[in-house]
Amino acid sequence: MELILSTLINGLSLGGIYAMIALGYTMVYGIAKMLNFAHGDIIMVGGYVIYVFMSFHNPLLAILMAVICCVILGIVIEKVAYKPLRGASPLAVLITAIGVSYLLQSLAQIIFGSANKMVTVYEFGAIKLWGVTIQVSALVTLAVTVVVMTILTLFIKYTRIGRAMVAVSEDKGAAQLMGINVNKIITITFAIGSALAALAGLFYLLKAPSISNTLGAMPGIKAFTAAVIGGIGSIPGAMLGGILLGVVECISYKITAIAPYTDAIEFSILIIILLVKPTGFLGKVRREKV
Amino acid sequence: MAMLEVKNLEVYYGVIRALKGISFEVNEGEIVTLIGANGAGKTTTMQSVVGLIPSRAGTVTFNGMNITKTPCHKIVHLGMTQVPEGRRIFQELTVYENLLMGAFSMKDSSGFKNDLEAVYTRFPRLAERRNQIAGTLSGGEQQMLAMGRAIMSHPKLLMLDEPSMGLSPLLVDQVFEIIKDINKDGTTILLVEQNAGKSLAISDRAYVLENGQIVLSGTGAELAESEMVKKAYLGG
Repeated sequence: MELILSTLINGLSLGGIYAMIALGYTMVYGIAKMLNFAHGDIIMVGGYVIYVFMSFHNPLLAILMAVICCVILGIVIEKVAYKPLRGASPLAVLITAIGVSYLLQSLAQIIFGSANKMVTVYEFGAIKLWGVTIQVSALVTLAVTVVVMTILTLFIKYTRIGRAMVAVSEDKGAAQLMGINVNKIITITFAIGSALAALAGLFYLLKAPSISNTLGAMPGIKAFTAAVIGGIGSIPGAMLGGILLGVVECISYKITAIAPYTDAIEFSILIIILLVKPTGFLGKVRREKV
Repeated sequence: MAMLEVKNLEVYYGVIRALKGISFEVNEGEIVTLIGANGAGKTTTMQSVVGLIPSRAGTVTFNGMNITKTPCHKIVHLGMTQVPEGRRIFQELTVYENLLMGAFSMKDSSGFKNDLEAVYTRFPRLAERRNQIAGTLSGGEQQMLAMGRAIMSHPKLLMLDEPSMGLSPLLVDQVFEIIKDINKDGTTILLVEQNAGKSLAISDRAYVLENGQIVLSGTGAELAESEMVKKAYLGG
């Protein structure tokens, strides 16, 4: 019973992180129709920015700077690397995104070296809930992701910019006819996705206070998997896929017999879901316009 | 001076010359129609005028302003709104939200309520279905929504690309009535249609488009009487 509760909370917390990252993938895909494989590395950049600014011993400042730097980086990457390729073949854009990913990882290695850096953002400690020891950082992560996802959902549903994002993701041409500046909406989407990635970087540091230039690689791929499982382009889908993957991962780690195969199990889920429902859980079948 | 003046407009799809230098104009208060068969270049013309597809040569002037290179999203702010071919309403949004998107270009939000009421009065079906997801509307209702959405931006020139496409005869009549009504209320209309008979009947002037060229022009009545139009577009 205790094991179940702690595993569930850890799973939901990890799932929340995956969901935050998956939102970045899915929103960019929905609006710019591209897979931004450099998205995971924004997490790593966020982590290093926190590392740098923690020298002032002010966690809030460090977090704020991480969000600001990642937002600027996301916008710059889009302007410099992806915008010139609008209308180019999807393959060219994909290769470029992978290139940007390696560029960020290599730059981080040049600047910070290849050894892991240690940074403690904040010691939350642990509490006992119904006799179960739970890391407070997991609860904080879970709470923050719930709040952020709620705000994002409300933003998309009820603000002018949010609705414009839905319109652009559905029909770029019709959106332009309404007077919506598609380039501006794409910029905003990259900014939001990067801000979420910066927070994900923070949550990784809360989980384990160590950072390297490949911090974002595996979470990036896991979150991309989550976005596809949920239905790429679908915002609730990314949340669902992320939570599902996080819970599965934590359960699998607790079962000794299958623990070493956890990653394989997660990616197998992706394969099975793609076989049964190629659009993912909440993805829509888009009718091709003639 | 014409409200909309298109001069020698040329559009290419790759190496294919889709528009071979067409010229036409729309004067304030008029209903002007471009008729033509499938593939004549009607939709290409409409999309090129608003900047959805780039032109290789020629100019587009709107109220004396050269808008040939103006990005599409700025066009609506100048008072030119298009109901695109196939309606292209936002399927995942509600009727109300679609109308809200139609008013996206309106700077002051105070007029929104009145505009919304005006659209609901003109299209009572939309009022009944205001909270319904637009993708679940019937074809006729979707056309009404596309027109209502366009009116929300207070166009001086309303461009309609095949508004009667795929509708039942009864609904086609209704759509043409509404277009006449909107025109009477002071909006200039540029219409693209395959339904030559109905559109010529409500048009002040019309142009016939064939293979990317304008081959004939005149008043609606003149063209409806023309042997060539009768033969090619009115079934003998």
